[in-house]
Amino acid sequence: MFKRLLPHPVLTPILTIIWLLLTNSIATGQLLLGLMLGWAIPFFTIRFWPDEVTIYQPIKLLQFSLVVLFDILVANFIVARLILGNPDRLSPTFIIVPLDIKSDIAISLLANIISLTPGTVSSLLIEDRTQLVVHALDTDNADALIASIKTRYEAPLKEIFEHVG
Amino acid sequence: MQEYILAFLIVTGASFTLVGSLGLARLRDFYMRLHGPTKATTLGVGCLLIASAIYFSSKPDSFSMHEVLITLFLFITAPVSAHLLAKAALHLKLRSIAKLPEQS
Amino acid sequence: MLGNAVQSEVISVALMIAFSMVSVAVALSFWRLFRGPDRPDRILALDTLYINTIALLILLGIYLDSALYFEAALLIALMGFIGTVALCKYLLRGDIVE
Repeated sequence: MFKRLLPHPVLTPILTIIWLLLTNSIATGQLLLGLMLGWAIPFFTIRFWPDEVTIYQPIKLLQFSLVVLFDILVANFIVARLILGNPDRLSPTFIIVPLDIKSDIAISLLANIISLTPGTVSSLLIEDRTQLVVHALDTDNADALIASIKTRYEAPLKEIFEHVG
Repeated sequence: MQEYILAFLIVTGASFTLVGSLGLARLRDFYMRLHGPTKATTLGVGCLLIASAIYFSSKPDSFSMHEVLITLFLFITAPVSAHLLAKAALHLKLRSIAKLPEQS
Repeated sequence: MLGNAVQSEVISVALMIAFSMVSVAVALSFWRLFRGPDRPDRILALDTLYINTIALLILLGIYLDSALYFEAALLIALMGFIGTVALCKYLLRGDIVE
């Protein structure tokens, strides 16, 4: 019953907040309108939404977001330095990261995080979802880079989104 | 004090935007060029948007947070478009300085 | 001067520096857009151009002290992303509509 009335409890507050940001006001009227939209949009589109996402460790997710934000800041300075330096001295490589994670959300988050952090852009997910091809802007040690991606980003994502038995 | 923070954010943001485009113009192959715009430009525009949010919120009885929307949107979409571009480039087998991975 | 001269000296100097930097960035993206050499390069240049335009609009909004430019920036962000995705899809399968 509850499930039918409020089909997507996470999406509703998110949509409400987006509406308030969009109208740029916190007036009661806008809040009500936002809540209504936040309820109506998931209610009528629930059939288009893919499987539910379960977050097993919310606190870990917060910690992980902070780590990633910090890495994004550092990444920008690193890439800025590489761009301003001598472009002939860069040694770009394609590296292949074997994936342990299986769920859609974890893989797409990992790919996005890789693209936003130091000198790497995820370029291709091999069809069977076991390997991710990543382009690194400047690296001498591909194995160390793969290992750091796996421990720094993939392991926390696995803990957060996939139940470790 | 606040105006110095604002000025700092504006200049930093613009510098990162410039660095991103410089990477686009300067680096030697497509896959390397991809790095500049995806990272530097996103952070650059992020800085500018935060500056704009602070500027419009600092005026008497007004607040402005809708800049956060564009920032979030850019941070979500930049890696997605980078990934798609790289995928398209690999599909077309563009010339690359790095050895192309074998297509399985 | 176009603006309503409400900004302090520091901010208007910063704005001028930022305007020139972003303009150079736009010029560099245009150069890449014309030079190519491949289609993905041009799409990437267009994508960068969108983001640079957003930066310019935000700066203009602060300079003219008007929140009106925000909507334009938001629309460019949305359309730019959709345009990039559509062009990439076109390159990937020679067809946009599935």
